[in-house]
Amino acid sequence: MEKRKYQSIVKKYTPKENRLYNGLVAFVVGGLMGVLGEVLMELYSYFLNIPTKEASVFMIVTLIFFGCLFTCLGFFDRVVHFAKCGLIVPITGFAHAMQSAALEFRKEGMIMGLGANMFKLSGSVIVFGVVSAYVFGLIRLLLMGA
Amino acid sequence: MTNKYDNVYINEVSTVTGPYEMNGPFSKLYDKSYNDFYFGEKSFETAESKLIDESVDILLNKIGKTRFQIDLHISGDLMNQLVSSNYAASRLGIPFLGIYNACASSVEGLIIGANMVEHRVVNNCICTVSSHNNAAEKQFRYPVEYGGPKPCYTTFTTTGGCAAYLTREKKGIRVESSTIGTVVDMGIKDVYNMGAVMVPACGDTIYKHLKDTKREVGYYDLILSGDLGIYGKKILTHYMKTEYNIDLKNYDDAASMIFDVDNQPVYAGGSGPSCLPLVAYSYVFDMMKKGKLNRVLLVATGALMNPSMVNQKLSIPSIAHAISLEVI
Repeated sequence: MEKRKYQSIVKKYTPKENRLYNGLVAFVVGGLMGVLGEVLMELYSYFLNIPTKEASVFMIVTLIFFGCLFTCLGFFDRVVHFAKCGLIVPITGFAHAMQSAALEFRKEGMIMGLGANMFKLSGSVIVFGVVSAYVFGLIRLLLMGA
Repeated sequence: MTNKYDNVYINEVSTVTGPYEMNGPFSKLYDKSYNDFYFGEKSFETAESKLIDESVDILLNKIGKTRFQIDLHISGDLMNQLVSSNYAASRLGIPFLGIYNACASSVEGLIIGANMVEHRVVNNCICTVSSHNNAAEKQFRYPVEYGGPKPCYTTFTTTGGCAAYLTREKKGIRVESSTIGTVVDMGIKDVYNMGAVMVPACGDTIYKHLKDTKREVGYYDLILSGDLGIYGKKILTHYMKTEYNIDLKNYDDAASMIFDVDNQPVYAGGSGPSCLPLVAYSYVFDMMKKGKLNRVLLVATGALMNPSMVNQKLSIPSIAHAISLEVI
């Protein structure tokens, strides 16, 4: 049998993901995360009496902390599995990816295990985050001035 | 390549499983099941090694022999450099052959063992395989605690260790013949669709076995493929019909049987080297001993996947080996 013909048989029997449902779940959960972030930011700003810009850093650190904590407690993978990009795209997804890799390789030592493998999933995010920040920063500088 | 055997018998078998198999349909037929993934060990890799250790211990107890009375130990698993098998073998101290054909290792081991026993190279041998869900996830996919979504047609690696004892003594299940498969690559690159990767190899081996032995598909009371999953099973049925004009009868797939696919979070079923033997050594052998099945063809299928090669955009080759078993 030709490879192409076989691949069409495979396609026929392989179920498709329900993209609309997945998208809807991610949209709602992601939106709720946004609301949570905003509430946290306002609370920090109000109770600590600090400007919104500083409060946003407090908010991000809080979300990272709970993303890591829930990953360690062992139930966050099931929540992320359900919410998909609703929790993967916000900072919680980044924390979850790093923390799960760190947990996995902790037994192989601090340097060769944890240190070397912690960025296994999230390393690309950092690399291409820095690259795109540089590119868009340059564009902004050229178009809008310093 | 098909070989017939006059005097090879699987005298006894043993199975040790993890928690998901314990909650599956054949839970009462396993020799031992653990409720967690560590079994008192510190890492997933050593835990998998313990599965082989324990399955051999239980097997030796059942046959009433010590490890010094065993001539040969053949073992395979999924881990890099076969660590689970190697570390178990280092504790057992039986002359050892390590084998790798991914999830087809179980039948590969039985074929090597059967040939050696038949031709009196050894008097007896133990064939073991193991797989561990978390160890396999760590090596081939993402960290265990990472919850990134997977497509619904992927399979869930079984956690289990299985051992079989082969001799020329007429007891247990007879090994009638075997077919060594060839590696087939149909250009599938999706690492989550292992069923589709392995179907062509499985079909090829079943076809060659039936052709070499001049048998009809209805000769067997059960043809059991390794780990195609619920969708791979449908692909195989279609593929056999269009490619070889064979209507599969009495056919089932171990991956679809080992778990309760509708109620357990296992996607399209089980996979891994221990998937087929866990079903075969528990449910199938039980049915054979009760006389409900007389002739069974086990077709272990293996996706010869390597993450580096997949990242290089190469397709995944696959292999399948078949072994024909009969009630004495």
